[in-house]
Amino acid sequence: MPSEAYEAVIGLEVHAHLATRSKLFCGCTNGFGAGPNENVCPVCMGMPGVLPVLNREAVEFAIRIGLAAHCQIANYSIFDRKSYFYPDLPKGYQISQYEQPICKGGYIEIPSDGGKKQIRLVRIHMEEDAGKNIHEEGGSLVDFNRSGVPLVEIVSEPDIHSAEEAGAYLRELRALLRYTGVSEARMEEGNLRCDVNVSVRPKGSDKFGTKTEIKNLNSIRFVEKATAHEIARQIEVLESGGRIAQETHLWDPVREETRPMRSKEFANDYRYFPEPDLPPLRVEDQTVEQIRTSMPELPAERREKLTRDHGLTPYEAGVLTEEREVSDYFLGVVEVGLKNYKTAANWVMTEVLRVVNESGKSIDGAVPPAAETGALLKMVEESTISLNAAKMAFPAMCKSGKGAAATVGELGLLQVSDEAAITAACDQVINADPAKLAEYRAGRDKLFGFFVGAVMKAMGGKGNPRMVNEILKRKLAG
Amino acid sequence: MSDLFRLTIAEARDQLARREISAVELTRSCLDRIADLERRLNAFITVCPREAMEQAEAADARLAKGAAPALCGIPLAIKDIYLTRGLRTTCASKILGNFVAPYDGTVIAKLRAAGAVFVGKANMDEFAMGSSSENSAFGPTRNPYDLRRVAGGSSGGSAAAVAADECIASLGTDTGGSIREPASFCGVVGIKPTYSRVSRFGVIAFASSLDQVGPFTKTVRDAAILLRDLAGKDTHDSTCSARPVPNYEAALTGDIKGLRIGVPREYFVSGMDREVEDAVRAALTHMKGLGAKLVEISLPHSEYAIATYYILATAEASANLARYDGIRYGLRVEADNNIDLYNRTRARGFGAEVKRRIMLGTFALSSGYYDAYYLKAQKVRTLIRQDFEKAFTQCDIIATPVAPTTAFNLGEKINDPLQMYLSDIFTISVNMAGLPGMSVPCGYDSKGMPIGLQIIGAPFSEETMLRAGDAYEGSGAIKRQRPPL
Amino acid sequence: MSETRINLEQVQHVARLARLELTEDEERHLQADLSSILTYIDKLNQLDTSAVEPTAQVGDVGTPMREDEVTNRPDPDAMLQNAPAQRRHLVVVPKIIE
Repeated sequence: MPSEAYEAVIGLEVHAHLATRSKLFCGCTNGFGAGPNENVCPVCMGMPGVLPVLNREAVEFAIRIGLAAHCQIANYSIFDRKSYFYPDLPKGYQISQYEQPICKGGYIEIPSDGGKKQIRLVRIHMEEDAGKNIHEEGGSLVDFNRSGVPLVEIVSEPDIHSAEEAGAYLRELRALLRYTGVSEARMEEGNLRCDVNVSVRPKGSDKFGTKTEIKNLNSIRFVEKATAHEIARQIEVLESGGRIAQETHLWDPVREETRPMRSKEFANDYRYFPEPDLPPLRVEDQTVEQIRTSMPELPAERREKLTRDHGLTPYEAGVLTEEREVSDYFLGVVEVGLKNYKTAANWVMTEVLRVVNESGKSIDGAVPPAAETGALLKMVEESTISLNAAKMAFPAMCKSGKGAAATVGELGLLQVSDEAAITAACDQVINADPAKLAEYRAGRDKLFGFFVGAVMKAMGGKGNPRMVNEILKRKLAG
Repeated sequence: MSDLFRLTIAEARDQLARREISAVELTRSCLDRIADLERRLNAFITVCPREAMEQAEAADARLAKGAAPALCGIPLAIKDIYLTRGLRTTCASKILGNFVAPYDGTVIAKLRAAGAVFVGKANMDEFAMGSSSENSAFGPTRNPYDLRRVAGGSSGGSAAAVAADECIASLGTDTGGSIREPASFCGVVGIKPTYSRVSRFGVIAFASSLDQVGPFTKTVRDAAILLRDLAGKDTHDSTCSARPVPNYEAALTGDIKGLRIGVPREYFVSGMDREVEDAVRAALTHMKGLGAKLVEISLPHSEYAIATYYILATAEASANLARYDGIRYGLRVEADNNIDLYNRTRARGFGAEVKRRIMLGTFALSSGYYDAYYLKAQKVRTLIRQDFEKAFTQCDIIATPVAPTTAFNLGEKINDPLQMYLSDIFTISVNMAGLPGMSVPCGYDSKGMPIGLQIIGAPFSEETMLRAGDAYEGSGAIKRQRPPL
Repeated sequence: MSETRINLEQVQHVARLARLELTEDEERHLQADLSSILTYIDKLNQLDTSAVEPTAQVGDVGTPMREDEVTNRPDPDAMLQNAPAQRRHLVVVPKIIE
């Protein structure tokens, strides 16, 4: 069968670090940058005699992301012990949630085939992270700073059918996590991890094929690549009469391929049972409602607003809402009273984001306040300066921190809209090259651009383009 | 040698307050007694004379200023299951043989704040698993009344130390009877409070839903005094109750007129020592004479308690003991790969009984067996709890024997685990239902071995339970016989 | 003599799960001990528990939670004081092979 005759069936398991100040069950710092084993205490080190105490904020965050993903929030959920031995797992068990998680069901909406598609969720639950292993020559070193950090695990149904959809799902989930403030969700920094479960089956079949699991993916791009790679690999295996082995694959980011993990000798029997040191988690409906009403605007709502109220295309709205700060910025820019939302959107997507990305800083530190950028674009709208002039002014504003008016003034970028000056420049250019003038009048319309360029150059780029065009056309026509 | 070590908390409290004696003298007296007896008794894993004297001196300074807490200057033995900062804490296991506690457990911190003195860490069954203190990596503790017999377990050292006056009182823990049974075997008072009454933070966990902290004392009044300072809410323990702690001493009115004492027919079974049964029945008759009413009750699921316990407790323990893996602390047997490191460390570090229970618990939770064992046991536990709920509608306290026998000989039961487990028959249901229970001396057998009476209360009814025990004890029903040491 | 409730393979499997290296002698003893204990435990099957809820929690505590505050100060020396092997404040273990 050709590969189009197969359907890929994909489910994603995402772990996101919660952006709380302290860990899930103890008062250690939840964060990066500390020296090894500085953010640890007897509790998260699994010392004898310790007991867990639940972080209230972590529960709120779990509820928030559950609400954002349209899940059912459980009034009653329990924590369980998941037992296995590993050097970075201090207690020899992880406190997680098994049969009764805090969130059930739900869905994440992604763009698909020009429309929208809902990827259903199975569940979202809370659990603690393990420490980190550093491998050296002849041994491994364990740092428990990450042990006990709060996680949510978000499990999707196998509703995803392509690598692109997998990427879209992750992007939307990442946006939800960031917009709600629940997680910074940066895969490259390790606070968002994604495992992919992939299987294929003949199109139209309702039986599931054998699935493989892909791990060690630390960017959305790699998730897409690895998924596509695995789909292709599975189809090839089946086409050549082979069978898919139920394995775990590790993604090799250098070779950009998957390879099977050394198979574990025995499958893990996690021996789940309810955590006796933690009472059941009871969440009142009232609490859920309070959290719901205090939720910030979510990406989908914001995208809707941008397309409806500002006439942006879904693509433009999508780019601007990938990060809440960026769409906040856009709204701040247009708030000065701009009429041309498209120009503003373009400006933010190109000029602003370029500076932000290059600087490596956040939008707060890298570019002028939205109002100043708005003021700059207003000048363009009012023909006080040209768009090109704005493009010159903007980097200067970023560097100096000065406002639009001051910068435009300093760089002498004010557009010349004085009819006399423009007429004079047009005259000068037309008279300078009679041969070209003759050619143009003989019908070579394309030369108009040459004349415009020459006039602009003569005016130091400050000529009001509309007026230049008008006056030049008149004069060239004779 | 002064015999200040014979004092009770109440007596010492008075004499210290009146500055008739000093904390240093009192502590010195106990330390000398320990030095005298320990070779024979082996009640302690670690004796800490230097730290104890420092604490005693600090206590004296405080007592000199007046208005010191009740426990200020009182020498206590602490079961080696409690983390005591800066002191070796072994849980009687090789796997923690060199472990120095980096923090104080909550009750330890409370006792320190009250000015108590810790004379040493008491011997016990390894990881609290046992009923005789023979499962210790540091040798068994012997019964002060007969050195050929066991002191009981798992808190054998704590019980023996009090019985032999090596300290004024001590701390133990009780998961299936580990305070009450040794108290009975050693002729002292032992209390297991209501589950969640006292914080478990800093107590090495055996079975999280069953473990409870409790005192050993020479009198019921002493237990009331000590319990008050142990009990109460702790933000470090999510299972710990926030219920206010009453003044237990004030509840000791001496009056039990009209008190309804439930006597469960299932607890007077054949196979029990005749002398034990007689002593317990005599105690009941005596209490009737003090105005209490005896009510026959039934706890029909009693016979299932041991089976239930040995699934639930071992299941929880199998997970609680997974952290002893040679990685971050304790014994490590080096290997070139982690699996062997785990396997060999745990093989070498754990004793036979601990291994047995880990195996049983792991099996009960393992794939394919969870429903049949763990889940089933949790359901039977509900039935056991309901038995007691019904019973307490008909009575105020329940009275039973503590153990079917007096202290048995060293080595007698150690090779038959099931036999050893069956000796928990009277105490185990109390942990399953989370109820408070105490052991009060009620006599001696013909060999002079102590016999204990168990008094069980409804949840958080320690006041009633203590009142009953104190009234019985104070009525002169039995005359205390000191151990022949 | 109780019937064998657990066979040798099962004992070995459980020992692997529990990371306990057992000698052959220990395996045999454990098989016997566990068999007799499990036979005893079988008496629970005499009870019909189909309509009974398992005990979720013994106690009256609700859901205690703590505020999201950092209350611990860095002290790697104290936390690693009992570590069998450490280097640069990290715990050393045999090479972990993924």
